Amino acid sequence: MYAFTFERPTSVADAAALATAGAKVLAGGQTLLASMKLRLSSPGQLADLGGISGLSSIKKDGNAVVIGAMTRHADVATSAEVKAAIPALADLAAHIGDKQVRFMGTLGGSVANNDPSACYPSAVLALGATVHTNTRTIAADDYFQGMFTTALADGELITGISFPIPKRAAYIKFKQTASRFAMIGVFVAQTDSGVRVAVTGGGNGVFRHAGLEAALTAKFTPEAAAGVAIDSSELSSDIHASAAYRANLISVMTQRAVVQALA
Amino acid sequence: MGAPDFANLPYIGESIKRKEDYRFLTGAGNYTDDINLPNQRYAVFVRSPHAHAVIKNLDVSKAEAMPGIHKVFTGKDVEGKMGGLPCGWLITSTDGQPMKEPPHPILAQGKVRYVGDHVAMVVADTIEQAKNAAEAVEVDYDVLPAVVNVTRAAQATALHEAAPDNHCYKWAIGDKAGVDAAFANAAHITKLDLTNNRLIPNAMEPRAAIGAYSRATEDYTLYVSNQNPHVERLLMTAFVLGLPEHKVRVIAPDVGGGFGSKIFLYAEDVALTWAAKQLNCAIKWTADRSEAFLSDAHGRDHVSHAEMAMDKDGKFLAMRVHTDANMGAYLSTFAPAVPTILYATLLAGQYTCPQIYVEVDAWFTNTAPVDAYRGAGRPEATYLLERLVSRCAWDLGLAQDEIRQRNFVRTFPYQTPVALMYDVGDFQACMDGAKKLGDVDGFAARKAASAAKGLKRGIGYSSYIEACGIAPSNIAGALGARAGLFECGEVRVHPTGSVTVFTGSHSHGQGHETTFAQVVAARLGIPVENVDVVHGDTGRVPFGMGTYGSRSISVGGAAIMKALDKIETKAKKIAAHLMEASDADIEFVNGEFTIKGTDKKVTFGQVALTAYVPHNYPLDKLEPGLNETAFYDPTNFTFPAGTYICEVEIDPATGVTRVDKFTAVDDFGTIINPMIVEGQVHGGLVQGIGQALMENCVYDEETGQLLTGSFMDYTMPRADDFPQFQLGHVCTPCSHNPLGTKGCGEAGAIGSPPAVINAVLDALRDLGVREFDMPASPARVWEAIQKAKA
Repeated sequence: MYAFTFERPTSVADAAALATAGAKVLAGGQTLLASMKLRLSSPGQLADLGGISGLSSIKKDGNAVVIGAMTRHADVATSAEVKAAIPALADLAAHIGDKQVRFMGTLGGSVANNDPSACYPSAVLALGATVHTNTRTIAADDYFQGMFTTALADGELITGISFPIPKRAAYIKFKQTASRFAMIGVFVAQTDSGVRVAVTGGGNGVFRHAGLEAALTAKFTPEAAAGVAIDSSELSSDIHASAAYRANLISVMTQRAVVQALA
Repeated sequence: MGAPDFANLPYIGESIKRKEDYRFLTGAGNYTDDINLPNQRYAVFVRSPHAHAVIKNLDVSKAEAMPGIHKVFTGKDVEGKMGGLPCGWLITSTDGQPMKEPPHPILAQGKVRYVGDHVAMVVADTIEQAKNAAEAVEVDYDVLPAVVNVTRAAQATALHEAAPDNHCYKWAIGDKAGVDAAFANAAHITKLDLTNNRLIPNAMEPRAAIGAYSRATEDYTLYVSNQNPHVERLLMTAFVLGLPEHKVRVIAPDVGGGFGSKIFLYAEDVALTWAAKQLNCAIKWTADRSEAFLSDAHGRDHVSHAEMAMDKDGKFLAMRVHTDANMGAYLSTFAPAVPTILYATLLAGQYTCPQIYVEVDAWFTNTAPVDAYRGAGRPEATYLLERLVSRCAWDLGLAQDEIRQRNFVRTFPYQTPVALMYDVGDFQACMDGAKKLGDVDGFAARKAASAAKGLKRGIGYSSYIEACGIAPSNIAGALGARAGLFECGEVRVHPTGSVTVFTGSHSHGQGHETTFAQVVAARLGIPVENVDVVHGDTGRVPFGMGTYGSRSISVGGAAIMKALDKIETKAKKIAAHLMEASDADIEFVNGEFTIKGTDKKVTFGQVALTAYVPHNYPLDKLEPGLNETAFYDPTNFTFPAGTYICEVEIDPATGVTRVDKFTAVDDFGTIINPMIVEGQVHGGLVQGIGQALMENCVYDEETGQLLTGSFMDYTMPRADDFPQFQLGHVCTPCSHNPLGTKGCGEAGAIGSPPAVINAVLDALRDLGVREFDMPASPARVWEAIQKAKA
């Protein structure tokens, strides 16, 4: 780890000012600290959001669940409100990383980092959530812009995310065996305005699958999902899996997510 | 004392909780990195980022000017000052020439040959300073083409001048003409191509070392995470640094796992020891995990073709095998022995195949050196043979157990056609035990239940044998070993009757401090609490060859037994003197010396005290004291054997392969501590099933970069990947050591991979899958199913 200075601002405004001036924001640190230890990342200054009160909260707001950016995965996983309103989201949070990760990692940290194999982005996208920042709100469809890339401007901080409550939803993750990140994760959400299907782990960041969404909007059954051919040409291929295998997983995990959502 | 009497002693066969548990489970262990010496600096190694390159220029001036830096050592600093790393085993090629043995420099001499090769050593006041300076070392590389795949080595750019075609040796064993003739007349021939995947050991504690030097005494001390400190010292002093052994002390304190990877003398150990004198300080280096992935000796990496000739009833007539073995970029300490002596000699397995011919080509590639890793050659042999045998069964329409039973060796001793002579065994009993324990009769019902869920269930057998207790020194010497393979033990009885045992074996997780104490306590009839075991220090233990090849109890334990024989002989004389009887009339049972046929007795404690307070003592005939040392050189290998049965359940939609049942019935001879043995078997099974299902070292074919360089990409097995194992035992005691033990440390890793893959192939047979190489990762299994469909 290279030397760095450490700040612990107590307000979002102070944190944003530090971030704008070049500080790297620490929001749980489950990716950042590991990459700093490996000397792959060398920020001169860290601004830890852990000292700001009010960023860790879960509340129901009309037909949505609003979760603060610094809410730990473990708190989402065990929240009675989340379990009652969007059990798929609690289930997703309960299976991120391991216990240590879940007690340190945060929703905002994960969504700001936008790792192409992270779990949370699929929920944000499939549920059509809204990302609240210190300056504006961003619709999920506009937020994710490819691997480790988002609509956030320099110094812009996520303060919370509001998740509309779906009719039913489910998330199925197929783990890469070594890292246990999602090799493919599929979040299926059925809402009044149709079905949204978001896929993580497939390649250049989380994406929606139009073919699966159309088929499942027409008929919400695993057979409908199975009938959709998955194009592998945009999917990644590496030592763990070919693009063809990932395409197969998208189909199979979607079918299983539908079964789980219907259960 | 003979093996049958020994097995009946108290403490033998008791699952005593480990003496080590408190220290290890509470974090109170004392590992190399826990040790800090006065005047200690820190070293960081600059490693090659390229798989194959010429060093055009190396500039350390910027690095040496940075804060806290004492010195940056490079190849120029060590050139001419020391030898390269030696190889401890000479293999002679079929043309009579010795294997190609190119230099293995301590720091690169103008060329690097794998990613991670050691280029320079930075010594600084702190680790961070050393890391910063290491990044400032400027190396100008001229990159050369790299080869990582053993089957492409012959056509690739040469790594070494001494081996222009990258060929290290061609070695063979067996009667080729006889085998060819048997094949010509065979009713059936079964052929198989297979790959034994490369593995990265990943001991929990990475390698670590501290080199220290005292100007006052001119003594060197090396603390090192190592499995055989005396061998480390011998190799380093005699072959690299040219130092006298009495000036060098090597201490291997608590060591967090080795699995073979800490047998070897590594460049880092030498560089630290030598540099400690140059800088007159202590220098510590602890590998980080990324460094361990790159620079620890790897395991396996064979590509083989095997053929079996059979008569019409599936009786084996002859077998022939060709193997290409990857040595990596340099010859590590025992590398050449692994795919030859430790591999081909095991290819008879449990079967009466009368003729076997094996040919092995060993090659250099731009990868980390490959050497012994849990099982060392025997897993490779077992994987090949047991895969081939199950294929033979399927080709002939026989059951997997049936073809094995038709070919089992049933009379002992049995001389194989590949040099080994099995002394004892009962292979049928292991097979019967495994079938019963694994409820093979219920397999059909379980398969139907799986099918009802859309899952494919398969069953796989593996009947393994291994040669442990390495080794009779004369045989090893004739086969190319450049060292003896005996063991040393010293038993020091203290005046009040407690005992310290000094053993040349080394414990790095095996529980020797408990098992060996049980042996001594049983023999002397004293409480096990009164016995402590010391190991891992050339300054305290007379000599030792260390721990590998499941040799510790059978060779190290036997040395202790020999020392105990001497203790008993002397103690009887003291007891006879005390009771005014003749030596021949003294019996020693349960810690008491009695005169045969009388009730006169003295205790072991009384005799010990008399030895050290010899007021009433036969000083004219006997020296005071009770301290004996023995060296034991085995007369044969030991032959643990067993049958493993694996059941897998495969989801054809995803390729996910779950081991649902795993049954292991082993014959380890006498078992001293069943709980510790069970732990060893569990660990071995996890490593073997890990190889079969998930572990896989991958280098990029073009660049030679290690693609599985962290736990993000190299799948280490985890507890939730496994079912509860079902273990059973058969006991045919080893006939030639005083304990009747055979060794248990590697069996699980040796026997399990083919059981798993045979189960995978059995599950997928009706889908048309006939070929499959490890690991059975979900993607690879799914691809195999798609390929069979196409």
